[in-house]
Amino acid sequence: MDEALLRSLTPQVLAVLVRRGADFAAAEDAVQDALVEALRVWPADRPRDPKGWLVTVAWRKFLDATRADAARRRREDIADEEPPPGPAPAVDDTLRLHFLCAHPSLTPSSAIALTLRAVGGLTTRQIARAYLVPEATMAQRISRAKRTVAGARFDRPGDVTTVLRVLYLIFNEGYSGDIDLAAEAVRLTRQLAARADHPEVAGLLALMLLHHARRASRSAPDGSLVPLAEQDRGRWDTAAIAEGVAILQAALARDRLGEYQAQAAVAALHADAPTAAETDWVQIVEWYDELVRLTDSPVVRLNRAVAVGEADGPRAGLAALAALDASLPRHTAVAAHLHERDGDLVTAARLYAEAAGKASDLAERDHLIRRAARLNTRLRR
Amino acid sequence: MAKYLLLKHYRGAPDPVNNVPMDRWTPEEISAHMRYMNDFAARLEESGEFVDGQALAPEGMWVRHDGEGRPPVTDGPFAETKDLIAGWMVIDVDSRERAVELAGELSAAPGAGGKPIHEWLEVRPFLAASSAATECH
Repeated sequence: MDEALLRSLTPQVLAVLVRRGADFAAAEDAVQDALVEALRVWPADRPRDPKGWLVTVAWRKFLDATRADAARRRREDIADEEPPPGPAPAVDDTLRLHFLCAHPSLTPSSAIALTLRAVGGLTTRQIARAYLVPEATMAQRISRAKRTVAGARFDRPGDVTTVLRVLYLIFNEGYSGDIDLAAEAVRLTRQLAARADHPEVAGLLALMLLHHARRASRSAPDGSLVPLAEQDRGRWDTAAIAEGVAILQAALARDRLGEYQAQAAVAALHADAPTAAETDWVQIVEWYDELVRLTDSPVVRLNRAVAVGEADGPRAGLAALAALDASLPRHTAVAAHLHERDGDLVTAARLYAEAAGKASDLAERDHLIRRAARLNTRLRR
Repeated sequence: MAKYLLLKHYRGAPDPVNNVPMDRWTPEEISAHMRYMNDFAARLEESGEFVDGQALAPEGMWVRHDGEGRPPVTDGPFAETKDLIAGWMVIDVDSRERAVELAGELSAAPGAGGKPIHEWLEVRPFLAASSAATECH
């Protein structure tokens, strides 16, 4: 029980130290020391105010470390000017940590690692396992990230879109095992949504919930991919869908549309359909038009071509596809799908096999090669 | 114990006996093949002989340093002109014979018509790290 409490308090304590002027790496070391102390002392003597206790101990550890190092005199000056340690203020600084961890000077992989560590409170070992890299590699990545933000100004307003991008990247990794990154991303985005009043934060949270709700039906027991149209809708998490839709509606009502809200709107239309055949593709195309306007992204245009193919027929989809760069990822797979729906099975089979050769994702590659095999088998009969 | 690398080729290896491209198999044949590969890895995990295995994307590049301050030379992803590794598995086994036995088993994965593919696998021993206990005289 204490472990869960400590995990939720860690980012808050860290944020207090950083706000008081400790640099990120030194603050993190001090917080780790305080956590070790807590695990030692708390079982016998549990403080009434755990957060205040941790802040006091961590701050003392930080001062000790700073004083012990004469070369760090500059930081000591900062420390002297700061108010003495006492009860932790009621304000929650986790939001600032979110922004610091998504600092633009960090590479995406560093920003992700630092966010999971500092905001999520995960251990280096857990993050390494989740990303399937050796622990030493992840430890290096994190300490390099800490060095990068060491001099970063903490009062910098920050750009919420960078924070959202990092959270979305974490969500899309989605490994399961010791740590389920998709679930972790939902948790962190919830945290952010509780603190930052921004329709796009709500939009991303809704998007994640709506995607997450369909997760169990997305793969067969043997691990192979099940496309949306063939998923067992009875296995969708209706509570998560309802929550996602409600969050999205509240965000849309504020009339400050952004790309995450628009993407969530598409996901909500899929989640709303009782069967694949009843999907409101016309409205989905309209949302993709909004997305094209907001992002002008080629990937969005590609998804739009799929939606057009469903709303206005495969020929219309192929016409929309023809306007796009053929080297786009999944372009060939989409072309294969549209040709299949148009009844040109020979072309579809050839394109599925070609798309399988280009797939970067193993499950997707297997899925595409199976599609090609299925069509070729039908054509032989 | 010694580690061996088993390499599966997209091309570059000699033609297997049952050489039919995968998109010409039936979906059931593909499932049977996947199941065989997964079961094989699971069995080696069970016996403590599995180290790691990954599938590789077909595209790859040859890259070379071209001198200080100059961008590296690359030949671009001209996949169709060269040998390609499709994936690899590292096993840790007691003997060379065991490595050969396992590679033979892996090569017999079912393919078109439910018959074994008899594909060629490249088997390469790892150079052992020098050990303090090694006798060198």
